[in-house]
Amino acid sequence: MASRITIEVTRYNPARDPEPRMTSYEVPLHREWVVLDALNCIKDHLDGSLTFRWSCRMGVCGSCGMMINGVPKLACATFLSDYAPGPVRVEPMRHFPILRDLVVDTSDFLMKLARSKPWIIRTVEKPADEEHIQTPAQLEEYRQFSMCINCLLCYAACPIYGLDPQFTGPAAIALAQRYNMDSRDEGASERLDSLSNREGIWGCMFVGECTQVCPKHVDPAGAIQQYKLTAATEWLKAMVLPRGAK
Amino acid sequence: MSTYWWLARWSYLTFILREASSVFVGWTVLLTLVQIWALTHGPSANAAFHEWMRYPLMLGVNVIAFLFVLFHAVTWFGLTPKAMVIRVKGQRVPDWAISGPNYAAWVLVSLGVAWVVLRG
Repeated sequence: MASRITIEVTRYNPARDPEPRMTSYEVPLHREWVVLDALNCIKDHLDGSLTFRWSCRMGVCGSCGMMINGVPKLACATFLSDYAPGPVRVEPMRHFPILRDLVVDTSDFLMKLARSKPWIIRTVEKPADEEHIQTPAQLEEYRQFSMCINCLLCYAACPIYGLDPQFTGPAAIALAQRYNMDSRDEGASERLDSLSNREGIWGCMFVGECTQVCPKHVDPAGAIQQYKLTAATEWLKAMVLPRGAK
Repeated sequence: MSTYWWLARWSYLTFILREASSVFVGWTVLLTLVQIWALTHGPSANAAFHEWMRYPLMLGVNVIAFLFVLFHAVTWFGLTPKAMVIRVKGQRVPDWAISGPNYAAWVLVSLGVAWVVLRG
């Protein structure tokens, strides 16, 4: 294995650069190094102005999502040696405005996430000293979808979001489904009202790439298709039953 | 986004082909309706339809349409376990248990149609 590897990194300073450009750096190629180690090496020893997000270094915080050789990945979970002899191309996540270098503006997602109401909604609150009991089987219903770390790799992978920025997107809908399937929640119809439309679940055309790139195996594509099935069933019930679905 | 974004990854290309296959599904439905119309309008209409179907251009289009319809069906059945989550005794049933009955129904219906068409 070669002892060094070239990293091509997107550099962009909106105050100075008319548009993003690629800059190459050479870093040591250690077997145990991930792309994030290479970026930190560049920042510590080659160019202190390189800007990128990171925090936990262990695939939990979801901060270091970026495009690595054109594929959305967590920089902390992507080994450099897998790309030897290189070069490795590191770019900011696709479909988001670049703030600086590898840092993107995620405000659009945060706005859409709130629209999904990813919290437990109760029509009648239980007294504070009463527990909301949940069995392991009930937990299993939504556990997979609760693993989302909001890394937004699914948005960078989704061509529908790239083509139509109005689309709510994979993670926000998967999180809505996570709460819909929670036995303690009573807000499914409220969420359906805000997500059963063209910008919501019906905007998804099931490319499936969101599921492929998800580092936590959440399967957002599956969540959206299940949500569509629920929405279609509710629509049918509303059409057929005398008092509708509610 | 580039106009050619769908060529960037195999999964994007598969998706576009799956979407495009709907056109051929529509074509096959249309052709079936025309065939039924020909069947109900006497032997000469039926013979004319069969004559039309023998044109090399029609044969070529229908071979492509058949492959796309096949692709459409296989990808569609492959996606069903994603949308339908069935749990038995707390365990999610495997994907094949959901897509399997779809394939079985497909084979049965195809055999039924073949019997009606080919029995002479």
